[in-house]
Amino acid sequence: MARYLLLRLADAIPTVFLVLTLVFIAMRILPGDPALAALGDGALPEQLAEFRERMGLNVPLWQQYFNFIGGVLTLDFGRSLLSNTPVIQLIAANLPYTIELTVAAMLMGIVAGIPLGVLAATNRNKPADSAVRGFSLIGYAIPDFYLGALLLITFALNLGWFPINGAGTDFGSRVYHLFLPALTLAFVKAAFLGRLTRSSLLEVFNKDYVRTARAKGAKERRVIYRHGLRNAMLPISTGLGLSLLSTLSGSVAIELVFNRPGIGRLLISAIAERDYAVIQGGVLVFAMFVVLINLLMDLAYVIIDPRVRVQ
Amino acid sequence: MSVMSQDIAGTVPAGPRRFDTLRTIFKRPATVIAAIVILIFMMVAALAPMLSPYDPLAQSLLKINRLPSWENWLGTDQFGRDVMSRMIYGSRNSMLFGLISPFLAAILGTILGVVAGYFGGVVDRVISRLIDLLLSFPELLLAILIAAVLGGGFWNIIAVITVAFIPGFARVARAQTLSIKQEPYVEAAIAVGVRTPVIIFRHIVPNILAPIIALMTLWVASAIRIEASLSFLGIGTQAPNPSWGNIIRDGLNSLFGSPWPIIGAGAAITIVVLAFNLVGDAVRDALDPSTAR
Repeated sequence: MARYLLLRLADAIPTVFLVLTLVFIAMRILPGDPALAALGDGALPEQLAEFRERMGLNVPLWQQYFNFIGGVLTLDFGRSLLSNTPVIQLIAANLPYTIELTVAAMLMGIVAGIPLGVLAATNRNKPADSAVRGFSLIGYAIPDFYLGALLLITFALNLGWFPINGAGTDFGSRVYHLFLPALTLAFVKAAFLGRLTRSSLLEVFNKDYVRTARAKGAKERRVIYRHGLRNAMLPISTGLGLSLLSTLSGSVAIELVFNRPGIGRLLISAIAERDYAVIQGGVLVFAMFVVLINLLMDLAYVIIDPRVRVQ
Repeated sequence: MSVMSQDIAGTVPAGPRRFDTLRTIFKRPATVIAAIVILIFMMVAALAPMLSPYDPLAQSLLKINRLPSWENWLGTDQFGRDVMSRMIYGSRNSMLFGLISPFLAAILGTILGVVAGYFGGVVDRVISRLIDLLLSFPELLLAILIAAVLGGGFWNIIAVITVAFIPGFARVARAQTLSIKQEPYVEAAIAVGVRTPVIIFRHIVPNILAPIIALMTLWVASAIRIEASLSFLGIGTQAPNPSWGNIIRDGLNSLFGSPWPIIGAGAAITIVVLAFNLVGDAVRDALDPSTAR
């Protein structure tokens, strides 16, 4: 198992370099002149020259590439054009908020979604099943930022139960500020996980070993959880990985709706302010998170399903 | 159209073929209702100039943040613009991006996938590695990251959503090509010396179209959601042009004004996405039973 894990880790290294190269191509080569793209058509020649100087854009492309890779490896993402703060500091200040939002939303989504799926699968074609399916259909269709706006208007603005913006300071107020944004993202997760759990469980219920368990008189609870849910965990854990990724992408809009600090809002305001170095830093953080989550998903399979190790 | 129904028919085993597929798609009443909803929204988008009561860009200082009334059915926004008219014009954006991007992505992705699957070797390894990497990103996040670099505007949004969808089509096309390449009729064609482009377009492409079309229908809903999200984030359709996403953005920016722009535009996105999801599921179940859930 250790050997497999090491191999998988080693395989992630070229992926990281490929991602870095794609980001470099996207930032430096695709826009034509990055200085012009960053400052806009109205920029004066002196401003463009100063920008190129500052961003190290007046050396040959290959040298820019090595500077870029070297910078990333030493966690040096340059400085914000606006505030002159090192980008790594901005990232470090915002990252915890995005992580706490993503983790809270995932937990709430799992706690609601998996039982909903079990409920639907064990009451197949009964009202409870239809209700869960209806909930998933809506959860699949409703944009998370719209749901967030509705919750914000209802519970924060009109009823005054929750704060309208910010992320809080001490632990208690952070949880308080976190609740509505996390609930918004969790709703969508629960719809996805509910549907996935339902279909995975129904598939397992058709298996011979479930029939055998029932035939030998095992209690229904035992059949559902020991034989059913445990074997349905493999597709569900794939779903968890996917939904962690989609929670991360959803957090961008949700941070904007609830006016919370976070990497998503950092990136979006950097785009509005044309803050080139911060845009590049934000894009890199998200890309690296995706690579990391995929790696963790692969490693999780090894632990959950021993058959993977043999391949 | 005739080409399409022939290929679809190819996957249906027997019987009076052409209409069977359509009948399977519209088997459930919910799908029929969803299709009618889609048709209504398409009509609204097409007839926007005739249907919308006001100019969607016309501002009026005298009518800021009005609540719904007979005069302005969904009220007005913080610039005094009629929200109903903005929603009607906004539907054009959703429909255009929703239909164009999956279509372009299907064409480009199929080309990539078929090339990788048919030629194999280094070409395949390079393309597959790139597809795998891009597929590990959620489409929305990929779209946000590309838009962060490219910026908003009509053609950029088309490009962003298309690029986000290409890897999905490429993977399906590659897998299908690999399996069809093994079929006796393709081996026979290679053996008698049929030229490669003819093999690809005559024997391979028509036989992999069913799952591609199914995927394309499913992703119309995703494309509409992504456009709405990008416009909400301010990196999609640019102000003052209306889009359902940026109507919600404007609504949130004047939170203490009227909630109706947010409620209306969000409901429109939800209904259209739900309708396209239902139709997409039905098309997938009919055309590509192997992946049916």
